[in-house]
Amino acid sequence: MEPVGITGTDTRRELTLNMGPQHPATHGVLRLTLDLDGEMVVKCTPHVGYLHRGIEKLAESRTYQGVMPLTDRLDYVASVGNNIGYCLAVERLFGIEAPERAQYLRTIVFEMSRICSHLLWLATHALDIGAMTVFLYCFREREWLLDIFETICGARLTVSYPRIGGVLQDMEPEVLESLDAFTRMFPGKILEYETLIDKNRIWLQRTQGVGVIPAKEAIRWGLTGPTLRGSGVSYDLRRDAPYDAYDRVEFDVPIGKNGDVYDRYRCRMEELRQSNRIIQQCLAALPAGDILAHDAPDLDMPLAGKKELVPEMSLGNASIGFGDAVPVAPKGEIYSAVEVPKGELGFYLMSDGTGNPCRMRVRAPSYVHAGALAKMCEGAFIADVIAVIGSIDIVMGECDR
Amino acid sequence: MKTEQPELVAVEDGVRVIPGANTIITSVDRIVNWGRSSSLWPMTFGLACCAIEMMAAGAAHLDLDRFGIIFRASPRQSDCMIVAGTVTMKMAPVVRKVYDQMPEPRYVIAMGSCACSGGIFKTYSTVQGVDEIVPVDVYIPGCPPRPEALIDGLLKLQQLIKKEEFTWSRWA
Repeated sequence: MEPVGITGTDTRRELTLNMGPQHPATHGVLRLTLDLDGEMVVKCTPHVGYLHRGIEKLAESRTYQGVMPLTDRLDYVASVGNNIGYCLAVERLFGIEAPERAQYLRTIVFEMSRICSHLLWLATHALDIGAMTVFLYCFREREWLLDIFETICGARLTVSYPRIGGVLQDMEPEVLESLDAFTRMFPGKILEYETLIDKNRIWLQRTQGVGVIPAKEAIRWGLTGPTLRGSGVSYDLRRDAPYDAYDRVEFDVPIGKNGDVYDRYRCRMEELRQSNRIIQQCLAALPAGDILAHDAPDLDMPLAGKKELVPEMSLGNASIGFGDAVPVAPKGEIYSAVEVPKGELGFYLMSDGTGNPCRMRVRAPSYVHAGALAKMCEGAFIADVIAVIGSIDIVMGECDR
Repeated sequence: MKTEQPELVAVEDGVRVIPGANTIITSVDRIVNWGRSSSLWPMTFGLACCAIEMMAAGAAHLDLDRFGIIFRASPRQSDCMIVAGTVTMKMAPVVRKVYDQMPEPRYVIAMGSCACSGGIFKTYSTVQGVDEIVPVDVYIPGCPPRPEALIDGLLKLQQLIKKEEFTWSRWA
C-alpha cells in the first residue's frame, strides 16, 4: 500500500483556510471555508446565516402593505425589484391589476434599479480584481439615479416606491426630463467603462476561463439571471413570463458562451444597454392615467367594518393592532417571480384570510448562487475565488433574509 | 547686551507661534489629537444595507479622502470601526473579535438604525444595537443614513477626539 500523507512519499498538505465573514471582498458577510492544496482550492464550502434577520417571520406579523419596507432590505442594492416582486405576488393573490401608467412607471424604476445594481456590481467586482478607477466612475453615474429615486419617493436606497395596485405617486415632468437626459448620456458612459477594462490584459487574464460552469451544470444548480445567461442559457423572466409593461417594450436578452467570469461580466454590461433601451421606450410610450388601481383593497388598514384600534399587549411589547381582524384577503397560496438584477426572485405567499400573510417565503437568487460557489471554485486558484464571488453578484441580505 | 524677547502670537486657542522662527508652541494633547483626528482610518466592515451608503460616501461624489479618512481592509491597521448594518446573533462574536484586534485608541461608529438599536428587526436573531457588544462613540440614525449623515458623524468623532486628554501617555 502506498503511504500517503505528510510522512509518506506524497508530501501534499491540505490547509483549511477561513475566508470571511469579515472580508472586504466577500460582499457583506459571506463566509467560505477553503480546503487548499498549495494555491489550488480543493473544496469550497459556503456558510450562510450571518445576516439572518428573520424577515420572513417578521412578515407574518405585519399587514400586506406593512411588509413592503421589509422587502426593501432583502436585496438592498436594487430594492425596487423586491418591492415590485412582492406587489405582483399580492396583486395576483387579490386578483387586481395596476393601471397602465403605473405599470410603465414600475418598469422604469425597475430598470433604474437594475442599472444601479449592475453599476454597483461592476464597481465592486472591478475593485476586487484591482481596478480602482472603475469604482469611482460607476458611483458617479449611480448618484444620478439615486437622486431621481430621492425625488420621487424621498429615499435613496430603500425606496418602497411601488404600492400594491400601483405606485406611490406620479413622476413630475422634471424627473422624467432628468431621466431622459440620463438615458441619452448613459450609453457613452458604458463605453467608457469598457474602454477601461474590456481589453485590459490583467482583466482578461483574471476573468477568462475562471469559474467556469457549463450550461447543463448551471441549470442543475438552479442558477438564474446573468449568472445562468453567461453559460449560454437564454432565460429571462421579463421575456418568458412578462409582467408590468415588459410585454410592450423591445429588448434583447444577451447570453454568453463559456460560462466563465468574463462572459457573466459581458452579459451584465449588455444588460446595462438593454435596461437603458427599455427606459427610453417606456418614457416615449408613457400613457396618461391613474397610478393606483381603483379596486385595490385598503390593504394598509384592514378596517372593513372595524371601529377602533386596540393596543395588543400579548407580544411583550405594546403595539397597536386591530382587535377582531376582519378577513380582507382571499384564502389561498401563490407563487410569483420576477427577474431582479441577480436572477429570479420569487415570493410564495400563503393567505389564511386575515390581514397578514400567514407565511411568506422568498426564493432568493443569491442563496442559490452561493450554493453554486462550491462548484465554481473547485480547482481554481485562491485568488480566483474573489473573482468568482464578484461574478455571481451576491447580496447577503437576500441570501440570509 | 539685552536680547529682545520674541512675542508669541496666539493663532488658535492653545496654539502660539513665534513669528519668523518657524516654531509652534502648544501642548502634546493638541498635537496628538490633531494628528489622530485628521487621519482616521476606518475599517471596511460592511454588514448590510448601510455599507452601500458607506461606499457611496467614500466614492467620487462625496470623497471621504478629503477629511484624511481612508478605508483600510485590516482591523490591525485601522483605528475606527464603522458598524454599517444589522448585527445578528451569529455575527456578534465576529464583530467583537474584530474590535479586539484593533489597536488602541479605537473608536466605534454605529451607522444606521440597526446598529443603533436593532431598527425594524426586533426578532429572535438580531442584536438590538451594537452597543450591547462594543462601546459606541457616535450613533448615526437613519435607515440607511445618507452619506452626508455619515460624514457628519465622522466629523463629530473628530471633535470628540480633539477633546481627549492624556491619551498619548503610558499612564493615562
